[in-house]
Amino acid sequence: MITAADLIPLAPSILVSLTAIAVMIAIAIRRSHFAAALICAIGLGLSLLAIWAVLPYVPRQVTPLIIVDDFGLYYSALIIGATLAVVLLSYPYFARLPDPPEELYILLPTAAFGGVAIVLSSHFASFFLGLEVLSVALYGLIAYTVGREASIEAGLKYLVLAASSAAALVFGMALIYARLGTMEFARMPALLTTRADFYDPLLLAGVALMITGIGFKLAVVPFHMWTPDVYEGAPAPITAFVATVSKGALFGLLLRYFRESPSSGGSVFLVFTIIAAASMIAGNVLALLQNNVKRILAYSSIAHLGYLLVAFQAGGMLGARAATFYLTAYIVTTLGAFGVVAVLSDGSRDADRIEDYRGLFWRRPALAGVMAIMLFSLAGIPLTAGFFGKFYVVTAGASSAIWMLLLVLVVTSAVGLYYYLRIVVALFATDDLAAAPAASVLRPLHAGSGIVLTALTGILFWLGVYPAPLIEVIQKIFVGLL
Amino acid sequence: MTLVALLLIPFVAGLVAWGLGDRRARAVRWVTLAAVVADFFIGLAIWVGHASEVAIAPHAPWILEVNAAWIPELGIRFHLAIDGLSLVLIMLTALLGVMSVLCSWTEITERVGFFHANILWVLTGIIGVFLAVDLFLFYFAWEVMLVPMYFLIVIWGHEDRVYAAIKFFIFTQLSGLLMLVAILALYVMHGRATGTYTFEYAALLNTPMSPTAEMWVMLGFFAAFAVKLPVFPFHTWLPDAHTEAPTAGSVILAGLMLKTGGYGFIRFVVPLFPHAAYRFAPVAMILGVIGILYGAFVAFSQTDLKRLVAYTSVSHLGFVLLGVFAWNALALQGAVLQMVCHGISTGALFILVGAFQERMHTRDLGRMGGLWAAAPRLSGMTLFFALASLGLPGLGDFIGEFLVMLGTFRVDRVLTVFAAIGILFATFYALRMVQRALHGANVHNWTISDLMPREWLILGVLVFSLIFLGLHPQSIFRVSGPALDRIQAVVPFTGATVQAAPTDARVPGGASR
Repeated sequence: MITAADLIPLAPSILVSLTAIAVMIAIAIRRSHFAAALICAIGLGLSLLAIWAVLPYVPRQVTPLIIVDDFGLYYSALIIGATLAVVLLSYPYFARLPDPPEELYILLPTAAFGGVAIVLSSHFASFFLGLEVLSVALYGLIAYTVGREASIEAGLKYLVLAASSAAALVFGMALIYARLGTMEFARMPALLTTRADFYDPLLLAGVALMITGIGFKLAVVPFHMWTPDVYEGAPAPITAFVATVSKGALFGLLLRYFRESPSSGGSVFLVFTIIAAASMIAGNVLALLQNNVKRILAYSSIAHLGYLLVAFQAGGMLGARAATFYLTAYIVTTLGAFGVVAVLSDGSRDADRIEDYRGLFWRRPALAGVMAIMLFSLAGIPLTAGFFGKFYVVTAGASSAIWMLLLVLVVTSAVGLYYYLRIVVALFATDDLAAAPAASVLRPLHAGSGIVLTALTGILFWLGVYPAPLIEVIQKIFVGLL
Repeated sequence: MTLVALLLIPFVAGLVAWGLGDRRARAVRWVTLAAVVADFFIGLAIWVGHASEVAIAPHAPWILEVNAAWIPELGIRFHLAIDGLSLVLIMLTALLGVMSVLCSWTEITERVGFFHANILWVLTGIIGVFLAVDLFLFYFAWEVMLVPMYFLIVIWGHEDRVYAAIKFFIFTQLSGLLMLVAILALYVMHGRATGTYTFEYAALLNTPMSPTAEMWVMLGFFAAFAVKLPVFPFHTWLPDAHTEAPTAGSVILAGLMLKTGGYGFIRFVVPLFPHAAYRFAPVAMILGVIGILYGAFVAFSQTDLKRLVAYTSVSHLGFVLLGVFAWNALALQGAVLQMVCHGISTGALFILVGAFQERMHTRDLGRMGGLWAAAPRLSGMTLFFALASLGLPGLGDFIGEFLVMLGTFRVDRVLTVFAAIGILFATFYALRMVQRALHGANVHNWTISDLMPREWLILGVLVFSLIFLGLHPQSIFRVSGPALDRIQAVVPFTGATVQAAPTDARVPGGASR
């Protein structure tokens, strides 16, 4: 039974879903790209404000399905904020495309709603519901540019693989339910009393299948096969969305319910250790072989999820905080990098070849500067959020003494530097400046993209130079949780 | 605040230079020059104004410091401090900073604004490394140095610049990350043992550690500094980076960035991990001697003039490693003086190679010869710095290498003998360079312009500094001595190896206090 008091903490998520409905109604009245984008942006902005407004009313368990607490709200803010950035980046991008763009602004808040539902879920049912809302909206988003073959292919690929991974996830849930008799996350630890419970075959199989489902969405090795193709095929702003919102939501859930301390030495811990190491190695090494910027960023994101899992594996308060900080930095940086790709793309294709970036710094210093800064942040160079994030992750790892994972992290980050620098080298190349630049290079920056890129760059430096305020916030969100 | 100004002036001037852009090249150059000169005079003001504190070594460990909260949740503080050792190296930084701006005055004509911005930012990073006494801040500055230097090589470098720049970046970044893990391991061990989690240098001294842990953590630091110094076999990035960088980049790389490695050994490796450093000293000293011999040997066989000078750095900085791990007053003083003098003499040699290249568009020794007739003053200068490099008595390099060998002799005679052979090799490569490039007949009929007033100024200052340091090295010892004494006092034993150094093993400057 939901009471009025229960509705207050839910206000942000309700506002996000209302946004989707409002856009739908607006489109029915009159098709206008600008109006649809504006309504969507305002709705998402209001839900961000609502998150701030409901802070005094949490934590609160709303039915067994939903828990609204500081942690959930922080991750919701990340998801909604990232969606807002994607909306602002999408408007100029899709204005250049032949397809009718308005429905995009229904799908984006719908997907965001799915993400918010995942991070607020406290029950298998709400988790799965959120996941499916997110996935179904993503099928449409990834294949949105129906004129492009790659986009359709990516959409189909994602559809087939996401559906099968969801099947694995549901089966895993069923097995766990069969063994434990509950679908509420919070009640599970109490039911696992003896050491033998951790080796129960039914339970282990269930957890393994759930990890498969979650691992697919996180695109960690060995569930990463779809990533490069989908990143390459999807329109650039949507790629940014897949890379940030969908991964962020699932990682939030993982961090909330799947934490296990290294000392327990359970098999789940071992599995995640292998996944983390394999993701760092495969992501960084395979990125070396790519020539397509979007594919490079795809493999790089696989590696970054590996780094995140290192913090996750470190466990404890420090590990959880480090992971949250790193995820925040990763979202900001990834949005920025794909934002620049989106700005440089035109109606026929995305700016995904390294040649598209050659000498950009000498023609568009600000835009190329943003791209270079984002790449340096991904590489973990100081003054950027990525640097402090990596530092935090290594701190967590060192305090839990997971030296093998740290060694892999150090070596693969150095390998990874090579492909980031390849793009940076192209940005600053001076050899073919005599040739006339492509039209997309000279096109003035749209105000929406300008605001987003400026804001992201600002946040990036702020988190890199003076991260203390955010660390304080992150400390607070874990207070009731651990 | 003075210390903050040391960092802020070049950083802000870099932004201004970038903002001024390429069309106002003159303004950019003057702004850059003014910023570096300002830093030089701030350093000088500390040197003169705090002369008593510098020399007498009061109880407070630092001459000046700035200490503010930065990220309190993790025990990170914005803590800058300066002592005699840092001061000497900061003066060197400012001096070579001025020279690198002056030597690119005509060499760099494209993208002038961004070039000077990068010069200023790399200097900011280097000064930050010498000032930071919070280990997080130190690592931060250590990494900040990389990016502008990478840009200097990759944008304004020579033919193979992309390869060299990426190699440089990956080598230093990988070793830097190993140091990061080591810093954090130290931080965690200290926190576990004492309950306070801090990156403060003074607090982390004497952290209780098991011998194995101490060795591993020390090796993490060693990796970062060994790549920078460079120590054989981690030197392979150096010839490429030095050769491909523009002149100013080579001057900063060889003259300053390599010194951050030596500084790291003295400031961090031995004091933080005395027992591990003690056990590791024989290995480090052997690596130092191998570097001395190998660098000299390879330099001898180079045909690219710039590559030749680059390899001499490997050789000369082997003495620094040798001196640090001999760990007695003589050897340490020698290592510091060697760092300063190598910075000046090698910086000058790179400036000279740059001057030749600007005039002849080649660095190939095979295409040179008989240049003395064409440009006697330029050639004379080259001879002077070649002699300095081979360790001519009366010039600073000689004192540095001599003191290192004197200090090492008390510890290990065999290694000293081999190090001395390295000096002999230096004679070979230096004289071969002079012979092949300057002497003989001018078979290629070069007609090149001789020294211009600007170059006279640059080289004149450097010649004067080298002679001054050669005749009056006490001026350095008096400032760095007390700081080194204090660092040595942290370590429970002197003379890191077999026999303890005799108590009178003091350099004149140290003894006169």
